[in-house]
Amino acid sequence: MKLRSLAIPYVGWMAVFVIAPVLIVLGYALTDAAGGLTLANFQKMGEYTAVFSRSFLLAAISTALCLLIGYPAAYLLSREKPRVQRIMLMLIMLPMWMNFLLRTYAWMSILENTGLLNRLLSFLGLPTLNIINTPGAVVIGMVYNFLPFMILPIYSVIVKIDNSLIEAAQDLGAGTASVFRKVIFPLSLPGVLSGITMVFVPAVSTFVISQLLGGGANILLGDLIEMQFLGSAYNPHLGSAIALVMMVIVMLCMWLMNKFGAGEEQAVML
Amino acid sequence: MSKELIRLSQCTMAFDGEVVLNSIDLVINDKEFLTLLGPSGCGKTTTLRIIGGFATPTSGDVFFDGVRINDLPPYKRTVNTVFQKYALFPHLNVFENVAFGLRINRHGGKKLSKAEITQRVMEMLEIVSLKGFENRDVTSLSGGQQQRVAIARALVNRPKVLLLDEPLGALDMRLRKDMQNELKRIHEAMGITFIYVTHDQEEALAMSDTVVVMDGGVIQQIGTPEAIYNEPVNAFVADFIGESNIVDGIMIADGVVEIFGRRFKCLDGGFAPNEPVDVVIRPEDVDIVDVKDGMLTGTVTNITFKGVHYDVIVDFKGFKWLIQTTDFCPVNSYIGIKIDPDGIHIMKKSAYSGMFGDYSSYSAEYDEIGDADYEPEEPDIEEAPYEA
Repeated sequence: MKLRSLAIPYVGWMAVFVIAPVLIVLGYALTDAAGGLTLANFQKMGEYTAVFSRSFLLAAISTALCLLIGYPAAYLLSREKPRVQRIMLMLIMLPMWMNFLLRTYAWMSILENTGLLNRLLSFLGLPTLNIINTPGAVVIGMVYNFLPFMILPIYSVIVKIDNSLIEAAQDLGAGTASVFRKVIFPLSLPGVLSGITMVFVPAVSTFVISQLLGGGANILLGDLIEMQFLGSAYNPHLGSAIALVMMVIVMLCMWLMNKFGAGEEQAVML
Repeated sequence: MSKELIRLSQCTMAFDGEVVLNSIDLVINDKEFLTLLGPSGCGKTTTLRIIGGFATPTSGDVFFDGVRINDLPPYKRTVNTVFQKYALFPHLNVFENVAFGLRINRHGGKKLSKAEITQRVMEMLEIVSLKGFENRDVTSLSGGQQQRVAIARALVNRPKVLLLDEPLGALDMRLRKDMQNELKRIHEAMGITFIYVTHDQEEALAMSDTVVVMDGGVIQQIGTPEAIYNEPVNAFVADFIGESNIVDGIMIADGVVEIFGRRFKCLDGGFAPNEPVDVVIRPEDVDIVDVKDGMLTGTVTNITFKGVHYDVIVDFKGFKWLIQTTDFCPVNSYIGIKIDPDGIHIMKKSAYSGMFGDYSSYSAEYDEIGDADYEPEEPDIEEAPYEA
């Protein structure tokens, strides 16, 4: 009972800074500039279907790429000697200690038409590429920034798999491929699920990456929302409605995935 | 029973230069129940892992049916293991855990049909008395039930050898005894070789055809449980297997040994004249008699009721013996003892001489503490002066 009272500060924090803001957002979304109740904000959102689908598509592609790159990395990392593991983990996390904006600006200067990449290509006598201001550039930026969030949860689940389970599978006739398919992969699913969440959620709501690497043509939900609060289109009511719908869709995705991965114990989600 | 199945030839195992197995030679026969017995760190588990394919000896060879298998990976061996903590797959239910090995498409063999798998799994669950549990989550089972799943999972593949790594270690006393009988029954029913690792000497004596006593990465003795108990080769084996009083003696001639300056008849021979030896006398082989009839006389310093018998500690010239008797003798009483010639066993001196077999540090908790990590906690035993 005494220990429970230790949670009071956090409960208070949650109430003031999580629950109350959500209610405020809800209030804005359901009202117009004059303060009257309306659903107009939601109706208006139809105009932005393209932004919605672009956001979810790019986030999904980035998440898939992160999984494709991150899973093997996490698996191979977990097979290394502890010392190597520590060094590699450091290297994976190192970019995260650098400012997020700075990292993204760096990618800008790499991908620009006269940037590092194209200068290297022309130096080698190869045709230059037009990457900056395309959806591809946005995906590159997302994958680069969010990859550690995929690797770390998968790695931490795989590394905890009891070695005797792997030995037991080998003992029962499983070669390396079977051991992976029948034991390691199923047991790593909780890590995969939380990796997907940790990449998809920030990817679907990002606005810096799309602004810096995607140019004006590839705006995402994050940009759209930002414009409603800070931009010329000032309309916090519409912005709130978009934010709310996005939140509901994300929650729905996570819920579906959780259901899909049900039966795996301890799926860490939401 | 006598056909050789597995042979370890001068197997040495070292991790980072530390030798855990020192050039051991071991032959395991077909259909045998063989136990590797020893304290933790003696090399018994390493030996098992070498046979299972989880460790490759640093030097030496392993033969299976006459074929060298040093480099054969575990999944290609016709050996299955019951792991110490069961190592059941938490994401699979009981049925799927047992079916795991059958679902693997072993090279060479053809894939089993669904019906065949079901039939074999159900058969095996019946053997380990787990019928009706097939859809249960393995994490919801008790330790004893998990144990049975682990055994079924290994045996369903019809291995030639079953390896068991301290499989009863996590179970309580009653369950252990039940599982001991169960394992013996399964061993007889399956008609295959069992290699069993334990640090529990009672378990080893109760279950095995052959006991291999190990210490310090070296095999100390190989023999039947009776031979190991009755004819231990050195003080370590004598002390590890059951209780024993181990005293210095001098072999006067064949059949005559001198202990505490007195000559005793014994049945052993083949030692050099006047060779110093270790003499083992089991607590149950000592009879308490009147002082005037005693071969040795001493003072009782402690007596503990054990149910079937009393543990009596007797002080002979400062050396304390454990005697197990059904006669009550009060503390400080002065008694005589008699030992029949077949109760005296003579051993050559070894590196273990003088390390074991004295009950000076005896306390009532001694048995509970067992052999593992024993730290003497000596109670204040009143020392009665010895008078000849």
